[in-house]
Amino acid sequence: MSNTIHDMGGMHGFGPVKEEANEPVFHTKWESRVYAMNRAMGPLRLWTIDEGRAAQEALHPAVYTNASYYQRWLLGLEARALQHGLVTKEELASGKAIEANDRPNRIFKAEDAAGLTRSSFDRDPQGEPVFKAGDRVRTLNINPPGHTRLPRYARDKIGEVEAVRGCHVFPDSVANGKGDDPQWLYTVVFDGQTLWGPDAEPGLKVSIEAFEPYIEAV
Amino acid sequence: MATEEDRGHDHSHEHAHGHSHEHGEMSELSDTQLRVRSLETVLAEKGYVDSAALDAIVEAYETRIGPQNGQRVIARAWADPGFRAALLEDASVAVNTMGNVSAVGSHLIAVENTAERHNMVVCTLCSCYPWEVLGLPPTWYKSAPYRSRAVLEPRAVLSEFGVILPDETEVRVWDSTAETRYIVIPERPEGTDGWSEEQLAELVTRNSMIGTGLAQRPDGKTEAS
Repeated sequence: MSNTIHDMGGMHGFGPVKEEANEPVFHTKWESRVYAMNRAMGPLRLWTIDEGRAAQEALHPAVYTNASYYQRWLLGLEARALQHGLVTKEELASGKAIEANDRPNRIFKAEDAAGLTRSSFDRDPQGEPVFKAGDRVRTLNINPPGHTRLPRYARDKIGEVEAVRGCHVFPDSVANGKGDDPQWLYTVVFDGQTLWGPDAEPGLKVSIEAFEPYIEAV
Repeated sequence: MATEEDRGHDHSHEHAHGHSHEHGEMSELSDTQLRVRSLETVLAEKGYVDSAALDAIVEAYETRIGPQNGQRVIARAWADPGFRAALLEDASVAVNTMGNVSAVGSHLIAVENTAERHNMVVCTLCSCYPWEVLGLPPTWYKSAPYRSRAVLEPRAVLSEFGVILPDETEVRVWDSTAETRYIVIPERPEGTDGWSEEQLAELVTRNSMIGTGLAQRPDGKTEAS
């Protein structure tokens, strides 16, 4: 979902940013297991990073805000494992495998943790980029019911293309089960006043990474 | 479900170690632990995860993959103008020329602070962060206050981190809305001429590479000049 609580840019009311002194990498063992399970399941290619994000975005806003970061990762992983039929509710409740299954073709092994580099999201372009650095563009006014990476605060705003970042998997397509549909990606920068009006902080510029279908020429 | 005894134990434990969890998570900790254990057991029995591999992933982020990697990258950028230029040209390629830093996938981008511009990185939609050079993000980076306010009032956020910038400085916020990942090259502190890369790395803080802090000064202070 797009217009829900995860899209937080510009919201009021969450209070000050609190930094924890000497924060450990993980606060509890279960946090580390949740993180590691998510990382280990990625290379199985049962789902994509955007499907993972969409699973968290589908949480009720009250659940999303009340859960801690790794609780959201847990809820998202449980939801995907159930949706893809990897596990059943009965198995999760009992903590034991009940039903037989086809084993996945590959599995993340301990020796694979030597690398842990992120996979590439570059894809062969379907054509030349429409825009170049210096072009003035307007972001579209879209409110799709499915996943998107165009934040609300940056919709229907005029900005400038600062850089072309290559051709990448298109989240709006892949998270909705419609394939990679590769699109050119741009850094688009906006003046603070364009986004927030005359009371914007002085000297503010904000950029987003905008896929080509998010923008049009001005 | 947590019993009263569990809660009492958790409370004293948290108190003794001086850190706390957000959102009343403590009272549900046992429930969450059970769910995590259950999910891992079922996924392992069905062949989707290997518990030894999970151990290796955790160990990697607790020992090898952390801000120490970014510190080495920034120190070299300060010490070596040719490397700095390469880092700004293609950070993924440049970092992978350093043998002592864990490998980086594609799409890493370095942006430099100057006297005219201060850079700051956020992910308003989730918590995108350059894991390979900075490790896993601190809780505040993933929190609603930072995600909501960094694009709206970064100067106010910076002031909570003790960073006050002149009004004429441009504040540039990079919202990581795609698979590109950003690392900030903070300004090299004055009074460090002739320092080795190892010495310089000590001055590079994690927050200075996110843009919510500045590099430490040789006298140990971190305030803006």
